[in-house]
Amino acid sequence: MTIKFSEDHEWISIEGDIGTVGITNYAQNALGDVVFVELPEVGASFAKGDEASVVESVKAASEIYAPISGEIVEVNGKLDDAPDTVNQSPRDDGWFFRISISDTSELEGLMDEDGYDEFVKGLE
Amino acid sequence: MRYLPLTNANRSEMLSKIGVSSVDDLYSAVPVSARLKNLVDLPTHASELSVERQMNGLASKNTVAGSVPFFVGAGAYRHHVPATVDHLIQRGEFLTSYTPYQPEISQGTLQYLFEFQTQVANLLGMDVANASLYDGSTGCAEAILMARRVTRRKKAVLSGNLHAQYREVAATMTQFTEDNLTHLDPNPSNAQADLDALKKSIDGETSCVVVQNPNIFGEIMDLSDLASSCHDVGALLVVVVTEVVSLGALKSPGEMGADIVVGEGQSIGNGINFGGPYLGLFATRQSFVRQMPGRLCGETADANGKRGYVLTLSTREQHIRREKATSNICTNSGLCALAFTIHMSLLGETGLKKLARVNHKRTVDLKNCLSKIEGVDVLNTSFFNEITVTLSKPANEVVEALASKNILGGVPASRLYPDNSSLSNHLILAATETVTDEDIEALGTALEGELQ
Repeated sequence: MTIKFSEDHEWISIEGDIGTVGITNYAQNALGDVVFVELPEVGASFAKGDEASVVESVKAASEIYAPISGEIVEVNGKLDDAPDTVNQSPRDDGWFFRISISDTSELEGLMDEDGYDEFVKGLE
Repeated sequence: MRYLPLTNANRSEMLSKIGVSSVDDLYSAVPVSARLKNLVDLPTHASELSVERQMNGLASKNTVAGSVPFFVGAGAYRHHVPATVDHLIQRGEFLTSYTPYQPEISQGTLQYLFEFQTQVANLLGMDVANASLYDGSTGCAEAILMARRVTRRKKAVLSGNLHAQYREVAATMTQFTEDNLTHLDPNPSNAQADLDALKKSIDGETSCVVVQNPNIFGEIMDLSDLASSCHDVGALLVVVVTEVVSLGALKSPGEMGADIVVGEGQSIGNGINFGGPYLGLFATRQSFVRQMPGRLCGETADANGKRGYVLTLSTREQHIRREKATSNICTNSGLCALAFTIHMSLLGETGLKKLARVNHKRTVDLKNCLSKIEGVDVLNTSFFNEITVTLSKPANEVVEALASKNILGGVPASRLYPDNSSLSNHLILAATETVTDEDIEALGTALEGELQ
């Protein structure tokens, strides 16, 4: 299993031809208490960079972009009742959606964990 | 020296960026005939006394609603507003009742808006109401936009018996959005046929059905069946109420299964004011609250456990979320909402029910009077405080003739539907608590004379 990161502070973990998407610890920390997550519909198709979700904290409402092109195969319904899962477990239980990977070359533009850590350090 | 932040160079840069050559080009949507070519020819100065005299002369050309028998309704209703309302809204504490951008220091403003929201939600039978929108028609368009966000579908179906101007505002506000509106034809004599047509036109791609109750012709409908048909295919039912006093006598839209209810709140606390400012009421179900446009006040407790009010869900508003906001209308009709809240508090539940009964009684009297006149046919099988009749002559001619006798005898349907020749003899008349027996008698006599 590989995990990649975007400059929008999203992670995508890849297993076969399915990617699971969430936001990073840095992102949840910057947003503050997450109070609502608007998830996409299963079956919806997105191109890379399309707005796929909205995450709302006490401070702001922010878009979650599809890090790669594909179709939504599953969403994390747990977030409807417990949006704070995103704060408690951003890299695990707080995932947003699973998306089918249609073009593996799109993954090449994303960062690996070390690259993302460097990217975050550069922001501080 | 005046401070002008915008130079001619700035201006032409902005114009060229958006691809127009002059500021006048921005007004291309306004018909040429409606544009002012030259400044109005005014004298350079005049004394206060002579200006006052001139203005009074102009004002006296108007026929004031309260001075003559008055049966005009069709979306704006003349009601008695107690003097207490005007006295209280002019108190210094309320003078700038716009919801502030540093809201929590204005606890009084937030408290009355919270109470306003509570009244509106109760009245419309819904879970939650916002702090008001501009008016009923823009609220109606906002409901269509909201239904698209909730259902992620783009097809809205509008009842033929929805107020024609509400339909036009909806068409204007969705001109550059992805919404696709279907307008059914008006059907003044058969409200049930309109509901059946609505049911037939919905499918799995419909975002919402928009229907008005009582409808523009005054007819009252039970919308429960229509609500079920909408919900069967995952569409929302949007109910429009242009006369909120009717809710003192009728089943609320919420009880009939509405998902979004919009209303014109002018009837309570506000005069007809030549058409504005009015008061948009907007309410929905709790589950849709994050897609609701406008401001929302909430009650909370401070660090010491004391009750306090806040603006809540502001992260969805345009000053924070810019173009991704739930609406670009996040302001509200603060002063009109305050007048509504005070009037409604004075009425209370019992007072509102009484007021509704008086309105209906007046309209029963009006109907009985008109039914006896040859050349007049009452179309309604049910009504609250407004009815539609057909005349043996074009209604606009009759209304003009009545006006020349100082009787304002209703709204010809042709004013609302100028292109629909089948409605040229239809006249819409309202009778509120302000109408007297003498007013009805005067109308009956004058109408009889006109139709001979």
